[in-house]
Amino acid sequence: MYAYDELDRTLINERVSEFRDQVKRRLSGELTEDEFKMLRLQNGVYLQLHAYMFRVAIPYGTLSSKQLRALARVGRRYDRGYGHFTTRQNIQFNWIKLAELPDALADLAEVGIHAMQTSGNNMRNVTSDQWAGVAPGEVEDPRIWSEILRQHTTLHPEFSFLPRKFKIAITASEHDRAAIKVHDIGLRLYKNAEGETGFEVLVGGGLGRTPFIGKTIKPFVHGRDILSYVEAILRVYNQYGRRDNIYKARIKILVHELGIEKFAREVDEEWRQMGDVGLTLDHSVIEEVRSRFSYPAYEKLPHMPDELKQAAHDPLFERWRRNSVFPHKVQGYSIVTISLKPVGAPPGDATSDQMDAVADLADRYSFGEIRVGHEQNLCLPHVAKRDLPQLWKALDRIGLATPNVNLVTDIIACPGLDYCSLANARSIPIAQELTRRFANHDTAELIGRLHINISGCINACGHHHVGHIGILGVEKNGEEFYQITIGGRADEGAQMGTLIGPAIPYAEVADVIEDIVEAYLALRDRPEELFVDAVKRLGVEPFKERVYATR
Amino acid sequence: MPLVKQGRITTDLFVHVADGAELPGDGAILIPAARFLEDPEGLLKRAGKVGVIWPNNRDLDDLVPYLGRLDAVALMFPSFRDGRAYSQARLLRERHGFDGELRATGQVLRDQFVFMLRAGFDTFEVKKDSDAEAFASTAKSYSVFYQPTGDGRLTALHRRMQLRHSESAGQ
Amino acid sequence: MTSPLQQKIKITGPSMVTANRTWDGVVIYRTAQQGWSANLSDAAIVRTSDEARTLLNEATADDVGAIGPYIAPVELKDGGEIKPGNLREHIRSEGLTIDLLPVPA
Ligand code: HEM
Ligand code: SF4
Repeated sequence: MYAYDELDRTLINERVSEFRDQVKRRLSGELTEDEFKMLRLQNGVYLQLHAYMFRVAIPYGTLSSKQLRALARVGRRYDRGYGHFTTRQNIQFNWIKLAELPDALADLAEVGIHAMQTSGNNMRNVTSDQWAGVAPGEVEDPRIWSEILRQHTTLHPEFSFLPRKFKIAITASEHDRAAIKVHDIGLRLYKNAEGETGFEVLVGGGLGRTPFIGKTIKPFVHGRDILSYVEAILRVYNQYGRRDNIYKARIKILVHELGIEKFAREVDEEWRQMGDVGLTLDHSVIEEVRSRFSYPAYEKLPHMPDELKQAAHDPLFERWRRNSVFPHKVQGYSIVTISLKPVGAPPGDATSDQMDAVADLADRYSFGEIRVGHEQNLCLPHVAKRDLPQLWKALDRIGLATPNVNLVTDIIACPGLDYCSLANARSIPIAQELTRRFANHDTAELIGRLHINISGCINACGHHHVGHIGILGVEKNGEEFYQITIGGRADEGAQMGTLIGPAIPYAEVADVIEDIVEAYLALRDRPEELFVDAVKRLGVEPFKERVYATR
Repeated sequence: MPLVKQGRITTDLFVHVADGAELPGDGAILIPAARFLEDPEGLLKRAGKVGVIWPNNRDLDDLVPYLGRLDAVALMFPSFRDGRAYSQARLLRERHGFDGELRATGQVLRDQFVFMLRAGFDTFEVKKDSDAEAFASTAKSYSVFYQPTGDGRLTALHRRMQLRHSESAGQ
Repeated sequence: MTSPLQQKIKITGPSMVTANRTWDGVVIYRTAQQGWSANLSDAAIVRTSDEARTLLNEATADDVGAIGPYIAPVELKDGGEIKPGNLREHIRSEGLTIDLLPVPA
């Protein structure tokens, strides 16, 4: 956990006061909506179909139980008793009143949470691996660097009015759980041959209307230089990124139009000229930030405690354990993913009561710490294995033990037309119907790892391009239609999915997905061959044929 | 439009000279970049202060040779959301050492003051009277800064490191 | 934002003007009395593009009270009842189409 000090707290409070004044000026008419819009966006406030939406940052996905309770309280006091965890380590509240927002922000500030730059054309919440600091084999905890970047990007005097939003993600593991290849800047932490810590820097990834996989701009930037290098990228982007067309304003378009080599030369030239401007991170600076992260005092525990051996006789527990419990770097401990995808519910939603209950469980079983991942699930990062059976029972009681992590019903979905003013079509009811179709967890387990991602429009908030199966809402003559892609992936082998054919109407989507899954089951060469691998081997043809032959 | 200079509302001594307009014989002038570049030497010799209004999409390289002799540079904010001039301001101040008047012109609202001050602006053509009047209090609305810029304010990190040193020195 | 004065406005059937209320974001409809109502049944109905433009201009003038006014289609039932003219407006006026997690009242 990162502990805010007096300075961090002061800054957040100053921000709350500033926003309170801005809201006051808006409500009195001193600010027009046109003027106010930019200001509210800088504070995470959108307008949706029914109300304002309020997006709160969960930097690098780490929350304390106290913070989670504060989020629960905001949901209860200012909203309708629930929140929506997003794919970028944020939480959204859907029914907030503008007049009450300053109070909600002030409540959150008390526990060191803010909504700065969770929307708008600035540097967004810096995201990271939800298993940071606990994943076996990790180079080092990437959150130290995320925090350094969080501070550096917060209220940056030069880069708060960029051509478009700017998203940075960091991973320090072989297996990329932070989707760094679809970010404006992706950072992969590793040690070079000399044993120095640094980053492979990727740039220009992103989804939306024109999806791109990020390209490596520099294979190694030493850790001490990472801020100045990122600053150089941003300066080039701020000056040359397109401002004439909102759809071409992301850095990915600049990188694409210039070509990565030319873009890299521009950045290098800027970096060279920049010289020493106080951004070098010497050892003591990094240690200062590191020192404010605290780690649990782990006990020395057996690898296989008796409690676990006994519980293994319960097939329901075993199924959940197989599905939701992952190896921890410390012996005797586990990482537990809490699925926010119960059958029939909106993906990523949690009620305030559930948040409180998870906070309590975190206190009891996970040193008071909770994580949020980009798959819209929560995670308890330090659970002693002996506690797993108890934890499972407790989670089950509050409806949070659905054993479907990484399975076909662990769906990522954006809010879609039920909430979003930009949507073409609904996302959530499609997800809900699919979870009902695949509600049998044995079947889901048999199908194996399969990510379905749904977006209600081309903005791709639901990451449909990189879903193993992607579902994109489009509109045809006022009706909801959906394009289906298959073969996408968001991890270290990131790739965009391929369209299988013409869009299909709302009522047929679930049938089509069932057909695709059945085709896969029939075609896979062995049970271990994952859906994406089968698509890679076979191409889209056999799936397409299955779907369209009878339609 | 009120002008705020060094924290206070003042009368603007500079006259904006439009592209085709006649040059006043003396007195301080602000002229568009293209016109300035047509005859920089002639203009710089004239009696009275000279400033240039530099567009936010033009490279600073053409301006840099004259910086030492210019009294003012005005950078443009064609809209609130267009932040290119923040980069230009920092480059002028921090890289090219410009120490004359650095003026923000265009859509200049209260809510940008702190960013602009940090980027090196010292003069503001403010759109609204109420914003100009609120300048002093707005400029003080933040006391903590995370990034080092040329404005010399101590960053949070700096203050933390100082604290560490004084703590360890006191032991 | 483009001023409605400059926008080309063309409606193809009965329409209304809708927006969100500034202080709380609630969906509102422009009324014939030059005010706003949270009930679709109170909405002023326009049938020509000129009427629509006038109604939208009035609505847009109230920048303090409402955000983002726009023209949207309605369906008029036989009894004169006003119904939303498309799915988006249906969702805005009737609410979510989905089941939420149970939240205790
Ligand atoms: C009503 C709420 C929302 C609005 C208005 C909205 C708006 C947008 C827009 C306009 C884009 C496209 C940006 C571009 O391509 O330049 C976008 C992308 C994105 N949004 Fe949202 N969004 C909303 C909710 C969400 C939610 C709920 C999530 C997470 C579940 C999310 C995560 C993302 C992600 C991951 C992307 C694509 C990645 C990228 O930036 O390339 N957004 N959003
Ligand atoms: S993908 Fe489209 S519909 Fe879904 S949340 Fe993003 S903007 Fe809204």
